[in-house]
Formats: sequence, C-alpha cells, structure tokens
Amino acid sequence: MNYIGEHLLPGQIGHFFAVLSLVASLLATISFFKASQLELQNEKAVWQKLGRIAFAFVTISVLALFGTLYYIISNHLFEYKYAYTHSDRSLQVEYLLSCFWEGQEGSFMLWSFWNCFLGWILIAKAKKWEAGTMTVMSFIQFAIATMLIGIYFFDVKVGSSPFVLLRNEMDAPIFSRPDYLNFIKDGTGLNTLLQNYWMVIHPPILFLGFASTIVPFAFAFAGLMKNEHDWTKQALPWASFSAAILGTGIMMGAAWAYESLSFGGYWAWDPVENASLVPWLTLVAGLHTNLVYKSSGYSLRPTYFFYIISFTLILYSTFLTRSGILGDTSVHAFTDLGMNTQLLLFVLVFFLPAMLLYAIRYKSIPSINKEESTYSREFWMFIGSLVLFLSAAVIIVKTSTPVWNKLFGTNIAPPEDVEFAHNQIQIFVAILIGLLTAATQYLKYKDTPTKVFYKKIAVPTLVALVVSLLISFLGNIDYYKKGPGFLGAIHVAIFCAVYAIVANTAYIWLGVKGKIKAAGASVAHIGFGMVLLAILISSSKKTVLSWNTTGVSPLQVDPKAKNNPAGDPAENLTLFKGVATDMGRFMVTYTMDTTNPRDRKRYFEIDFKSKKGDDHFKLYPDVIKNNKGMEGFAANPAAKHYWHKDIFVYITSFQENKNADTVQFNDIPVKVKDTIFYSNGFMVLNSVAVNPAEQKSLYEPDETAVFLDMTVITKEGKRYSATPGVALKGNDLRSITDTVLSQSLIVKFNKVIDQKEGKLEIGIKETGSITDLLTLKVYEFPMINMLWLGILVMVVGFVLSIIQRVKLKSKSAATF
Amino acid sequence: MKTTHIIILVFIAAAIAVLVQYSGDLSTYETIASAKEREGKFVNLIAKIDKQQPIEYDAIKNPNYLSFTAVDTLGNTIKVIYHDAKPTDMEKSERVVLKGAVKEGVFNCTSILLKCPSKYKDDPKAMQQLQTSN
Repeated sequence: MNYIGEHLLPGQIGHFFAVLSLVASLLATISFFKASQLELQNEKAVWQKLGRIAFAFVTISVLALFGTLYYIISNHLFEYKYAYTHSDRSLQVEYLLSCFWEGQEGSFMLWSFWNCFLGWILIAKAKKWEAGTMTVMSFIQFAIATMLIGIYFFDVKVGSSPFVLLRNEMDAPIFSRPDYLNFIKDGTGLNTLLQNYWMVIHPPILFLGFASTIVPFAFAFAGLMKNEHDWTKQALPWASFSAAILGTGIMMGAAWAYESLSFGGYWAWDPVENASLVPWLTLVAGLHTNLVYKSSGYSLRPTYFFYIISFTLILYSTFLTRSGILGDTSVHAFTDLGMNTQLLLFVLVFFLPAMLLYAIRYKSIPSINKEESTYSREFWMFIGSLVLFLSAAVIIVKTSTPVWNKLFGTNIAPPEDVEFAHNQIQIFVAILIGLLTAATQYLKYKDTPTKVFYKKIAVPTLVALVVSLLISFLGNIDYYKKGPGFLGAIHVAIFCAVYAIVANTAYIWLGVKGKIKAAGASVAHIGFGMVLLAILISSSKKTVLSWNTTGVSPLQVDPKAKNNPAGDPAENLTLFKGVATDMGRFMVTYTMDTTNPRDRKRYFEIDFKSKKGDDHFKLYPDVIKNNKGMEGFAANPAAKHYWHKDIFVYITSFQENKNADTVQFNDIPVKVKDTIFYSNGFMVLNSVAVNPAEQKSLYEPDETAVFLDMTVITKEGKRYSATPGVALKGNDLRSITDTVLSQSLIVKFNKVIDQKEGKLEIGIKETGSITDLLTLKVYEFPMINMLWLGILVMVVGFVLSIIQRVKLKSKSAATF
Repeated sequence: MKTTHIIILVFIAAAIAVLVQYSGDLSTYETIASAKEREGKFVNLIAKIDKQQPIEYDAIKNPNYLSFTAVDTLGNTIKVIYHDAKPTDMEKSERVVLKGAVKEGVFNCTSILLKCPSKYKDDPKAMQQLQTSN
C-alpha cells in the first residue's frame, strides 16, 4: 500500500547511520586493539590511524543520528513512533531536546555522543595509552550501537531503533488506510514533569558523568592488558573530572526533584537516585587510592578494583533503570523495552573480562609488603576509600531487592521506612568520612611526627568543636522521631561535617600556604563538608508548616499528637479562594489563579502574611495538565528563598466551582437564643450587637451596623461562629453575609420583623460548593542553600585540582 | 596480619551485620487475604482500585482523608484509608502498590504508587519512560 504524506527519507538516513556506527565502531575496536598489542612503531601507527578513521566515522554517524532524530521531532513527523510518543506540537522549542531523553533510545544516543567527545580528547592526549584506552571507548560505542539498531537476529530483537514507523509498531485499523496520517494530528506529548528547565540540562550533564566513568576504567583495562601501570598519573585528572561531573549531574537531579517534583525534598533514596550515587562513591574511592599510589606506591590493586567497579556500577544502574525491574519500587524508571537480556549482557561484557584480567594480573600488580604507618596519609586515605566502597556496597545491595526477587524467586519488598533504613547506616558513614576528610590532610605521606600533627590540628579541632556545639545548642536540632540514639548520631555527624569544613579551610593556610591554585583538594573537601552539614540540618530540621490545625478536620485531636489517627502525613491544608487561613505563624490566602497559554501551566497565587507582620510574600506554585491520555495534573512547587531557609509549597489538589449558584436563601424568623436547624447541624443566635468593634472593618464609620452573633454547631460537634449583619446609611440597607465555608453555609441577616419582641429574619443558604479551593503542603527547609553552595564549592575544588594536575603533568612530561 | 587487613575485615563484618539487620526490616508483597492474616504487619499490597465502589475524598471536609476499595487478582476486596491528598489520576490507574498495614479489617495506607496503563505514560511521577507497543 502507498501511504500518503509520509516522510520516509529521514528514517532511512537514520537507519543507515545506525548501521554505519555499528560497523565503524567494531572496526575501530579491532584496529585500536591491534595497535595496542603491537610494539613496532610503524605497524602500531598504521593500525592506530585506521582506528582513528573508524572512530571519525562513528562520530559522524552519532552526530547524524542526533540530527535526524532532532529533525523528526522538531518537524513533528508523527509517522515516526519516537516523535509520536515523546513530543507534540504544543511543546516549546527549548523542550524539544528533552524529548530525546524521555526515551531509552535518545538517552543512549546522548551517552554515545559524550563517548565521542571523550574519545577525541583521549586520542589527542593519551599518547602511549591511546590504543589501549580507545579499544575500550570504541567497544562501548559498539555496545551502544547494538542498542539502537533494532534488528532481529534469528527472532531475537537486538536493540530498539528510534526510527521505526508508528504503523509498523501499532496494531490499529486506522493503519489500513493510505491516508492514516490525516488522523494523527498530534503526538502524545512530552511527560509534563520533564517540561522543566532542569530537565534540559540535567540529563546531558548526568550522561557526561556516566560516560566519563569509562575513562578511568579504560586506563585500568589498558594497563591490565599491557601489564604496565604508569597510566595512573594520566588517569587522575580524568577521575576528578568524572567525579565532578557525575556529582553535579546527580545533584542537578536532586535540584530538579526539589523544584519540580512533589515529593517534597531533594533526595528520597529512590532506587534510581541510589543507582547513580553508588558509582560516584566508588569512583571517589578510586580517585583517593589512585592519589595514594602516585605518592606512596601503596594501593594500586584497590585502584584497579575501584575503577573497574565504578564503571560496572554505571552499567548496572543502566540495567536497573531501563529494564523495568524497578517498576514496583521506584517512581521514576524507564519501562521495559524487552531488551533485558541485552542490557544484562551490556553489564557483563565489560565486567567479566575486566575482572578476569584483574584476577590474572593480580599477582603482578606492584604492591608494597611493608605495612603503612598509622601516622601516614596513605593509611587513612585508604581507610576512607574503604568506607566509601562499603557504604556503596550496602546501598546497592539494599537497592537491588527487585533483582534478588528475580534471581532467587523471593518475595521481599523495601522496609516500611526506606529513607530511615538508609539514613541510620549512612549517618555513620558521614561521621567517619567527615572525620577522615578533616584530619587526613594534616598527615604527611609515609610518616608524620606525632607532635607536628597534633600541634597543627589542635586549633582547627577546637574551632570546629566550638562551632558545632553552638549549632547543636542554638540550632534547635531536636529530631526525636527516631529515638535519642539517632539524634545523638546527628549531632556527632554535625561536628564531623563542621570539622571537615574548618580543618580544610585552615589547611589552605597551614598546609599549602594560602596558594589557592594548589588547594583544589581542600576546596573540594570544604564543599563536601558543606554538603554534609546542609543535608544533616535540612533533613533533621525540615518542618511541615501546613499541619492541618484548622477546624476543617473532623478529627478532633491535635494533628501533631503522637497518637493522632490521621497519622503522620496530615500535611494538607485546604484553602478557599479569598479566605485567609491560619497556618502556624502565617495567615495564608489563595488569592487568584491564572493560566499561561505558553507553558500551559496554571499558576496559583498564594499570599503569605506572617501574624507578627514582619514578613509578607506571595508564592506561585503551579499545576500542569497531564498529557498522554491521562487526566489530572502534575504539580510544580514554588519556594521563597531566604539565605538560611526555604519556604516550599506545592498544590496537592484543587477544585473549581463550575456550577452556577442556583440555590435560594431560606428565610427564617428568629429570636435571641433560638435554635435553627440546617442539614448538617444547627445554629444558635446568641446576641445582637449594634456597631460592634469586632466587625469594624466591615462597615463605614458613617453607617449604622447591626450584627448577629451566632454559633454553628455541626453534627460532629464542631463549633463555628457566624456574624451576618446589615449596615444602614440613610435609607440604604446593605447586607453583610457571613460564610461557614467548611459547612458550605451562607448566613444573611434580612431584616428586623418586630423590634419590640426582638423578632428578626435571617436567610440561610446551603450550596454544594461555595468557592474554588485547593489543598496544599507547605514545608520549611533550613539551610538548603548551603547544599547547593557546597556542591558548587566542591566542583570548583575539583576544577582547581584538575588544572593543577594537568599543569604538573605537562611540566613533568620531559622526565616522564 | 597487617592493621589494614584487620580493619578491612572489621568493616566488612560491619557491612554484613548492617545488611543482616536490614533483611529483618524488609517487608513483603501480599495479596489482600494474606495481608489480612498478617494484621498489623507492614506489607506491600498489589491490587486494583475497585471502580464500582465510591472513591471518597472531600477537601472541604478533610484534605487528609481518602478512602476507597481495593480489589486484588483473587477478587478479594478491602477498604483502604489514606491520610493524604488524593493522588491525581487515581481512577485511571491499572494497578496500585499500596504500602501499609491492615488494622481492624481496614488497610491503613501510608503510600500509594500508581501504575497507569502502558497505553498512556506509565506513571505520572515517572522521570523518563517509554511506551511499550501501543
């Protein structure tokens, strides 16, 4: 059949380049491998050149793949499944790239792109290690290319192509029509949660971090192949780079979660988050043992191990997030594309050869038999690396419960409080690492005279102790929820984090004499200490401001009380449009909402006014209507930033009153002390007051006002007051109604029937829904800004040390 | 034996101890019948929302009270109470993973993970996912 209106050329181009990249990367792998095995310079050069040419073809193919897919998405060619499932016409230009990483294929392409980028730097800089490292780089390109090929070999589907046509993938009667495209007007759109600026930059950085972990691995692998170990110097700046970028990528994800996801925080120990944190920990461990080896000759064997395991864990995280295995435990993983076997092979094809080679070479990897001195830097750096590694091991074993279920047929699920299960262990890791980060730099390699060490570290220790005690005593850190033991651990950890900051700051002067350029490590450690401290304070002092203490709840107990049946999360507060509601130290009002047609978001204006009158601001959380056939909406939080805290708010639900108000007032004659019934209870008229002071704001000075003081008592026994009134000016009578919102009740004072008998008439109206309303959650996060600042400082530290290493290397190049 | 080796062994022992302790905290996936048997115990319940029964949520009365009926593949039903706002898109979900415990015949739920039909996007909170064949 000839289909009308299809654009088949881009797809064909895409397929062509997918195949080309597969073939070229295989060629590059073989050529570089040959080159790495040869010793004769002439022959080696020929194969190396061939490898470079093949890698150039890989690069061109990957760029072409990117360009083609971008063309398909940006031109809305919905005959392609990728465009149909991941984009739509209404999408803003800046989010077109986000469509790439919504799907597995696009994110593999991104990974592949960064590998090309890293590959060319290695070709330019790696010199003697080019052939060896590029063998690995080309091989991963081959492995990724198989993920994008989408071809059947003997009924086994290999990879998943982003260039498949919708009509070939879907079974629907519409595809039997040649003009089917006329009916596919729009795609199903990009997931609303990805329509966020963090999602434009977070995935590229994260994938650069993922991709870059292969470089230390490639050096290690090349070293094992040749059984030569002088790659360690070259690998150092790469490991720092990788740690900096991966760390930034992970924390950008945390920032995205904080700013656009409504789980109310930046870290939830979600499997997907853990899977990317774990390789970072082992990589940092490897970076430190690598430094140890460079300066003391110890710890080369662990360095090999850590670099191999870091990259393997990246591959494992790919397996976890893409195989669909996390379906029941994670809120954000890709769905299964039916490539699980291939994804598993992707992990094993790197891990098994590397570990096998490591085992074979283990005995011949140089190591020093003499024991390190306990007053040496290398000893404690090694211990620190070990702590990081074991922390990573514990996290990943816990995260892998779905994998254990698959492997052993068990039926285990994460514990009740997943976050605490992690926190109660990792707090001790934080304590150990904080201490080591603080003190280890004061030790010299090989051996340190004890007196010198204690003399130098005495002042920073004292300062840190004072500062952390001040924080402990004045900071009101009273996280009793998990018992006194955990609270104690928090306080100890706070000391350790402060210690890390203070000791490393002092070291810039005491150790490297104020030369900032040489202080990369100290700066990175300061940043790390700040991150630790910020995490400790912001998590233990995070408070819920929207504790539901309004009269709305039928539960008559204090929501903060321990045995409150409403349980812990009584965190939603209902706001009625235009009505100021009591929320702790604030009065909050939902004043208005607007819809922005450009980003299709509905913004709510929430007015916060502190009761003391010293603070007044407005926040604009928004919701975006879900796409892809889903109803409902996705909420984006908003936050008021202070230097020392954030006030963080997001909408949990909202209701619009669409029905016109057709209900009539029911007029009833009453006297003082009379009881009037309504559908959900009754009300009593207590007294009548003329020009009462309490209602002064409701009438003008030249008006005469009469107000009724009434009490509404509901069936559940709740009491509300209602004060309807009238204001009289000359012959003009103005009615001032009062509303009991939670009862959907409007009360009106109509007139005085008989003044002598005190007979009055009131009107009562009960409506279904009185006004627009929303429910929200409000949190206070102290010290959150120190977290972001700490990351920044850490990255600056990494950059400084990379610059320093690269400089040192070019200086020593003559001798090396 | 070197000091380092001793420390390595001690740390590894600590890590194993931690994991053993963790295995005691682990919960299980249950059906409604087995969750009822293990009353009071924290479990993960895999079920569906019974759409014949009303989903009760009224932000005016109480924004922290949601109740609905869950039905599992064996056809058993149980009333579920959740003290939080109603998750958006609940009605459309194909499957739910409920965490909580049975108490007096009612499932007190502390967290709801919705699984929407793959025809649409998998999960409203999902970071990145992909459609399987439509």
